[in-house]
Amino acid sequence: MLKRHVAIIGGGISGLEAARVLSKSGHEITIFDAGEKLGGHVAQWDLLFPNMRKSSEILTALLNQLPKSIHILSKTTIKNIERFNGYYVIHSDRVENVLADAVLFAGGFDTFDAQRKEEYGYGIYDNVITSIELENKIKDHRFITAQGTKPKRVAMIHCVGSRDEKVCNNYCSRVCCVTAVKQAIEIKKTSPETEVFCFYMDLRMFGRHFEELYREAQEKYGIQFIRGRLSEASEAQDKTIIVKAEDTLLGKPLKMNVDLMVLMVGMELSKALVPLVEKMQLEVGDDRFIMPLDEQLYPNQTKKEGVFVAGTCTGPKNIPETLNDARSAAVSIMSYFDQLSNKN
Amino acid sequence: MSKFGFTILKDQQLDYDNLSRDLALHIQKTEPSISSCMSCGSCAGSCSASRFTQFSFRKLVINIQRGNDKQIVNEIQKCMLCGKCMLVCPRGVNTRNVIYQLRKVLNEKKHHEV
Repeated sequence: MLKRHVAIIGGGISGLEAARVLSKSGHEITIFDAGEKLGGHVAQWDLLFPNMRKSSEILTALLNQLPKSIHILSKTTIKNIERFNGYYVIHSDRVENVLADAVLFAGGFDTFDAQRKEEYGYGIYDNVITSIELENKIKDHRFITAQGTKPKRVAMIHCVGSRDEKVCNNYCSRVCCVTAVKQAIEIKKTSPETEVFCFYMDLRMFGRHFEELYREAQEKYGIQFIRGRLSEASEAQDKTIIVKAEDTLLGKPLKMNVDLMVLMVGMELSKALVPLVEKMQLEVGDDRFIMPLDEQLYPNQTKKEGVFVAGTCTGPKNIPETLNDARSAAVSIMSYFDQLSNKN
Repeated sequence: MSKFGFTILKDQQLDYDNLSRDLALHIQKTEPSISSCMSCGSCAGSCSASRFTQFSFRKLVINIQRGNDKQIVNEIQKCMLCGKCMLVCPRGVNTRNVIYQLRKVLNEKKHHEV
């Protein structure tokens, strides 16, 4: 078998897993990553749904399985990718260009910028935070309001930047529902006297053990679920947040003062990837994520020969789905190499 | 008649064998965005009329779709057409035009009946 070179864009979990599978089959790998450390979003996270496992365990396992022969270019921005003599030339802010037989886009997602939902007051009111910030607060044992007090009441707002035509994101980001349930449970574990309310439109507990986690949140932790989307939020004089919505199951408008309002931000295609996607003329969907060649049959191929996709750059996914997608992409790349060898 | 201390209760069950789709189809034609409603209640939560009346745009949409015409006539009078619901709707439903179209068609109907 001919040893080939794959350039992987993105050192998050999908890039790492694809790198592991490909290098195991003897291919040479270069991972490009914009950050200082590998691991992408998973490296920023504390506990994972549905089993409350430490995300660092996953990351350590993935990193430990990587052979030393892999080239890792961190803190690197790719400027352009060109087709040349059947190869791809990757121009980055490094001196040397990289020559590759195939390119794998594993550039992942960015979380939705909550300031774009101005009526929710993120960046305006101190006690409106995102799910990312809540994760860090709990991780650092600093579950407090901006005024340093312990929150007595917390509202978790689902679907921020998802299912919302006003921000041009009609799609569901999928993982936010179960993340809200997970974080609500963590709040109750950290501070049992805190009341937690989840404001949802539909609870999409799609994965294995997600529904059970939701049930645990109800039965064991007394978390309350209110079916209604946040209409508006304002700040009271004492810096608490006044939430307004409709309790749709009762059919009446409601108001509620909370000490902390958490916005469950959704996923968008990584902004760093957008210029590359445009330069390479990859097709994107109306959700602005990359379109594979065929959503059912060829989910990791693109219209460009030798260009592959894995992970959340083709739409919101959870960790197991992302890892499976990365393995599937690795297999696609290997069969592409077989085809190349048979041609010659 | 002797009083036994109980009465026969009215049947509360909705009879969906006799759904009328006429009004729903008419509104869908004049304001197609009504089909996008997912009953999230953003409209009713922001509504300046809903605090003091029973008005809920979300319920109104369901009533239109189920053909409960009788309830709709009274409901639409409560709306002040301020349009706040249009600003918050995540599905981009033109709520104000739905009310306007309803008033138009239901008022015409009234005139015909007179």
